[in-house]
Parts: sequence; C-alpha cells; structure tokens
Amino acid sequence: MTSSKVLGTFVVNGEPHEVAYAPHKTLLEVLREDLGLTGTKHGCELGECGACTVLLDGTPVVSCLVLAQEVEGRAIRTIEGLADGPDLHPLQDLFAELGASQCGYCSAGFMLAASELLERNPDPTRDEIRAAVAGNICRCTGYIKIFEAIELAAARLRGEQGQPTREMLYGS
Amino acid sequence: MLRLPKFTLHRPTSAADAVRIAAGHGPEASYVAGGTDLYPNMKRRVQRPTHVVSLSRCADLRSRAGVAGAEVTLGAMTTLTAIERDPWLQEHYPAFVHAASVISTPLLRNMGTIGGNLLLDTRCNYYDQNYEWRESISFCMKCDGSTCWVAPSSPRCWAVQSSDTVPLLCAIGAHVTLLGPDGERRIPLTDLYRDDGIAYTTKRPGELLTHLHLPALNGWRASYRKLRRRGSFDFPVLGVGACLHFDGDVVTRAEVRIGGAGSHAIPAVKTAAMLVGQRLRRDDAASGELIRAAAQEAYKPTRAMDNTDLDAAWRKKMAPVFVSRAIQDCL
Repeated sequence: MTSSKVLGTFVVNGEPHEVAYAPHKTLLEVLREDLGLTGTKHGCELGECGACTVLLDGTPVVSCLVLAQEVEGRAIRTIEGLADGPDLHPLQDLFAELGASQCGYCSAGFMLAASELLERNPDPTRDEIRAAVAGNICRCTGYIKIFEAIELAAARLRGEQGQPTREMLYGS
Repeated sequence: MLRLPKFTLHRPTSAADAVRIAAGHGPEASYVAGGTDLYPNMKRRVQRPTHVVSLSRCADLRSRAGVAGAEVTLGAMTTLTAIERDPWLQEHYPAFVHAASVISTPLLRNMGTIGGNLLLDTRCNYYDQNYEWRESISFCMKCDGSTCWVAPSSPRCWAVQSSDTVPLLCAIGAHVTLLGPDGERRIPLTDLYRDDGIAYTTKRPGELLTHLHLPALNGWRASYRKLRRRGSFDFPVLGVGACLHFDGDVVTRAEVRIGGAGSHAIPAVKTAAMLVGQRLRRDDAASGELIRAAAQEAYKPTRAMDNTDLDAAWRKKMAPVFVSRAIQDCL
C-alpha cells in the first residue's frame, strides 16, 4: 500500500494543473485542498446532498465519490469555470437577482447540474428542472426561487429577455 | 470529515485482467464500478479493501448486444443514466428502464452502473452509519459486532435488499454472467441472491459480474412499483417487481418479487400461483377481485423490519397494495 503522494494532471475549467496528491483522495478533496478551488462545497461526503457537484466531461457527478486518480486528464468543470471571463453565466445572474441563493452552500452544485440540463434541453418544463436537480438539496429556499432562476436563465440563454416578474421578487 | 482509508488502486483494461488482479489479492481486493456504494461504505469503514480494482477502463463491460425478439445483453458497466436514456430499451423494456430511472438521483445514476446496482450491499439503519456511531452501539452483526440490533435474539442479519432493479429483473427471469478465476458461468439472476443480510449473494471469491441478460420479448409484460418517502430520492422501503406471461388473456406464468422488505427479493409464491390459469382483463371487476385476493397473499411473506425508513407494520400493509398495482400494470 502506498502512502506517498502521486503526481497527476487535472484539466479543470480548461486549464491543466499538475499536482502532487495523496492517491486515495477524492476529486472533491483534490479540488479544495490541493488546487485551492473551494467553490466546490463539501457537504455530506456520501453522495446524498449534491453540494460537491462538478461536471466531468460535461456530465454532473458528485465529486465526493469520484476517485481523483480516475479522472486525471479528463475535462472537469467547477463553479469557478461557469462564468465566461468577467461575464457571469445567466444562472449566476439569476440566482443573485431572485435570491435563489441564500446561505449559498448548495448553489454551486445546483448551478452546475442546471447548466448541464440547459445544454441538453434549452427549454425545460418545471418538472424536467425538478428532475434534473433532484440530487441537489437546499435547506434555505424551498426550491421555488431556484426553479424560477433556472427557467429565466434558460430563457436568457435562448436569447429571450428572461426578466423576473414583480411577484418573483417581492411575492404576491 | 469522512475520508477514504488508504488503498491501492488498480485500473485494468479488460474484465479478464481485472479478475486476475483481484485473484492476486484475495479477500483484500474489491471491484469498483461507479463507486456510489463502495466508496460511502469505505468512508464509513464497513468495507475495507486494501486493493480496489476499478472497472472504469474495461471497455468490454460497456456493450449492449441483441435485438428485439432475442435475448439482450448489457455490459455490467452500463450506467443507470445510459439505461434510462436508451430509446431502444425504453421501447422494448419499459419496466426495466423505469426501475433504473427511480434509483437514487440523476447525479448518482450518471455514475452508478447496472452491475453495481445488482450487487448493491444490503442496507440497515444500524449498519449504514459512520464508525463512531456504530462503535457507540458496540457495532452490529453485519460489521465488527455480534448482535443484530433489529432482532437482538436473531442468529442472522436482517439487512435489507435495497436495489430497485433486482425485484423486477428477478421477476422477468434475467440471467447474469460471472467471470472468476476458475472461468465463466451463467446463472439465473434469482440464483445470485441468498436470504441473508451478510452473505447476500452466491458470488464466489474473486468473481466479477460481467453481463446482464434480459430475456427475449415474447408477450410477457412487467412492472415495478416503488415505495419511498421522497419521490425525488430514496432507497425503496418496498419495491415490487411483477411479470405476467399470457396466452390471449389467460395468465400462463406469473412471478412477483418483493424487494426492500427482507434480505433478498422475496418471491410471492402464493400470489403468483393464484394468477396462473386465470383470465385477467383490464377494467374488469372479476379480474380486479382476483388480483386483490392474490395480492393479499403477499402480506405474509413480506418481512418488513424496523431497520429502514418508514414504519415497518405500515410497509408490510402496503405490500398487498403495491403487489396489486404492479399486477394491474401488466394487464
């Protein structure tokens, strides 16, 4: 059994990072502890909460159950790579505008899972959105604002206005 | 923090190499497919392999072969999402696709595989806990201890069969291929399981489940009905697989399996026997009566214990309800 570190290259948000890491670490641990990318959150560590969701070759997975050694060289996208340079992703704008992010701990996971849905399905129904984020748990919002934010982000990505209604912002 | 213990990872590129590597490490080795069951168990220290043989690079375990009307074979590394989104499987094996689609969450289905789901560890409130929690009750019979806390006078472990696909696949008569150090064998899926929370499979040391074989479509119809607390995400606390074979509207063969209510997918033998030879039609009062009476026979064999979510007595009461619904679905 080996206890010393191994050297590997992780392609995170399009950039290769060479890093020495303990070989039994999960992707979550390498991202946070060895690459300093703490946007990916550390929740239940058992795959139940979705706080650590990242995209692996475009597919959302829980990084707490991905062994880092298995994903060297593969395309990893974290919340730090969701914006396009200085321009936030519409999901990020809308989560902020609507208050879909309260304590914020679940937000990165939600936005990454939702970003994959919107790539695959640009005009999802409310039920399709609910199904796509069924693996992400939020204890603050009650989910409604998250669903609305994803719907409006979808509209903006389709080139529509996607403006929140007065009701969405202030209630009825 | 729950960290994985130290271990050595092996990443072979074929099933044969995986079996050879695992054989070299005996009981110290474990295969890993999606990792969604093994890694949480390793973090909780209920499974402690020092050599983990990953199947992620075994391309020979990702195939799908077969056509409608003949047997269909799926590689064990086929992800649950791949099954859920496969239009051909959706058309021809809708009950199987449904059972796969209600497993866990989309994130875990993207990672988890059909082979892993067939071999899912049995679950129990006294077992699926971290080391310190388990230590505080002096551990349990399934791991590190000697008492079954669900039934303290019991000589056996009552951990629960919790895979969604198993009751359905047992009911339709699926087979699996296992590759081991002594060669390959093919068995009915029902023979893979034992009614024991600890030794819940008949897999021999070092054997690797390589393929699942779905039976040819020849007029049988099947259904899977799942009971859980949340519609979005939970293990089944009752999962009924039913399959009926027909000659016209006369049932020629019936198989009903009750999951989430014992250490294996329990066959509802009396229920099935009451259906065979009977004429069953949708929206027919006499058929409805017969199905209700047959489903009632599923109450007794259901061994719901107080070791999962939801009340055990209520889960047992729900068994005839879910059996009845699953049979109705097949009409």
